[in-house]
Amino acid sequence: MEQTIIYLDNNATTPLHEDVIAAMNRANELYGNASSMHAMGREAMEAIEESRQAVRDLIDAPEGSIVFTSGASEANNTVFNLFRERIDLGSKRNRIVTTTIEHPSIIEMVAHLRELGYTIDLCPVDHTGRVVMEEMEKLMGDDVALVSVMLGNNEIGTIQPVKEIALLAHHHGAYVHTDATQAIGKIPVSMEELGVDYLSLSAHKFYGPKGIGVLAIRKGVPFAPFFHGGHQEGGKRAGTYNNTAIVGMGVAARIAREELEEESARLWKLREMLREGIEASIPNVVVNGSRDYCLPGTLDVSFPRAEGESILLYLDLEGIMVSTGSACASGSLEPSYVLLASGVDIELAHGSIRFSFGRYNTEDEVHYVLEKLPPIIKRLREMSIR
Amino acid sequence: MSNFMAQWVYSPVVKDHFMNPRNTWSEEEHFEADGVGEVGSLACGDQMQVLIKVENDRVADLRWLTYGCASAIASTSMMSELAIGMTLEEAYFLSPERITEALGGLPEHKFHCSVLGDKALRAAIDDYLKKNGKPNPWQSQVAKVICECKQVTDIQVEELVKSKEATTLEELEKLTGYGTVCGKCKPQMALLFDQLQHLYHV
Repeated sequence: MEQTIIYLDNNATTPLHEDVIAAMNRANELYGNASSMHAMGREAMEAIEESRQAVRDLIDAPEGSIVFTSGASEANNTVFNLFRERIDLGSKRNRIVTTTIEHPSIIEMVAHLRELGYTIDLCPVDHTGRVVMEEMEKLMGDDVALVSVMLGNNEIGTIQPVKEIALLAHHHGAYVHTDATQAIGKIPVSMEELGVDYLSLSAHKFYGPKGIGVLAIRKGVPFAPFFHGGHQEGGKRAGTYNNTAIVGMGVAARIAREELEEESARLWKLREMLREGIEASIPNVVVNGSRDYCLPGTLDVSFPRAEGESILLYLDLEGIMVSTGSACASGSLEPSYVLLASGVDIELAHGSIRFSFGRYNTEDEVHYVLEKLPPIIKRLREMSIR
Repeated sequence: MSNFMAQWVYSPVVKDHFMNPRNTWSEEEHFEADGVGEVGSLACGDQMQVLIKVENDRVADLRWLTYGCASAIASTSMMSELAIGMTLEEAYFLSPERITEALGGLPEHKFHCSVLGDKALRAAIDDYLKKNGKPNPWQSQVAKVICECKQVTDIQVEELVKSKEATTLEELEKLTGYGTVCGKCKPQMALLFDQLQHLYHV
């Protein structure tokens, strides 16, 4: 019997697009080291430069800004590390400002740097997960080196006013970084329009391969490599080019750009269909995040009196794959810091489920979820303390 | 994809008890309980209630309710199967290790936070003995959990205070992590800490 598989965890990662697979299979033949001068090397470099242009077009980035990395985590770490170096070298701008709901690659970096004695301020967010601009203004000053704010949140989908934050930060002489990983392919992302100095992204969130991403760096802004070694990427990031992955990302970037408008509308339609269906069929649910500023494919819902890991695993038994903010699924004892930072009650955080849609999801799948989910919640609530 | 469901996150026994929990208390059932015990809190992500019927100093029947993860549901279900028929004394000393063993094992981090059924059962027996004015010879022999989120017991705190490893509440928090999740236990822990300080160091 064919096992039903409904993959609603596209914010965690996405499957490869069939065109990406085909291009990567061809690119496996490009075994030349792209740094070599000979024909094999030049052939590989040509493919890499084509991908670089595709990514540049996707995010409307300035010329010469695209640096390939192993993903967004490396890109984020690179940015924080380079400002840490400037602080070490005695820069009078020795404070970093970011938010309470960033990706772990920033949250954990912040914790690490704080332990080492660096000053890092976290701007709070409102109950929808959006940065409170008045608080951000209060955190500005002529000692701020870097302001880093993610464009779209991975868990609740809230979109941040990055353009306004960049204007504000630049006014105070600070540099600005955005982690745009979750926003790519879902909403228009223009580095020029946002006005940021650094932008991180990762290919596997938009149907490209895992282990490859980009740090876009505006010309003239501070930079220091995180990886030292060869002279790849103009000395900005050492390490032999991963030809196959870079080609895959290029194709994914081209498709994401071409299909953005249509895809964005489709994801929002599926998301809203599921939200309305859940609200109509299950009493007492809380939709987390922002209604007005939300990534189109993300729906985060709390089910009071039903615990997240149990919901996730009952859905898993029905072939439906989601994620949860519950502590029980995190390996730690604390539930989602994103929800807690947004002022969501701790009990609601334990019972939160994230449904994240992608290009391969269908309306039929939403109907299937709406058939399976209500009895699961009912059952767990009946078993729960009354 | 043929082996897709072969490797589940928990053991086959846990899966079975999670999918078909035994002895849950359905809303329709009128269950005349002789003792009721409740432990955990919604804020720590696990809360459970155990109801027992006692006949001839044995657990004649048992019902339970749980708000919690898959391993909390499965371990409470397994506890109910083990406990029914036991003498009150056996039931009082039913250990989380025994429940976990019967489940075919649990991941380490799950063992500490989700196996609460034995504690709820003990609380139900305490309740039964108290209601019936019977002596409780076992209560003092068992460590009492003060912080449910981090599973910090009174015995553990006593040792830390006695050895002067924890001379302030802050040090105690650093050593045990008590009160760092839901915070519900803080007043009780402060009281216990003061009493122990007084007992050993004043």
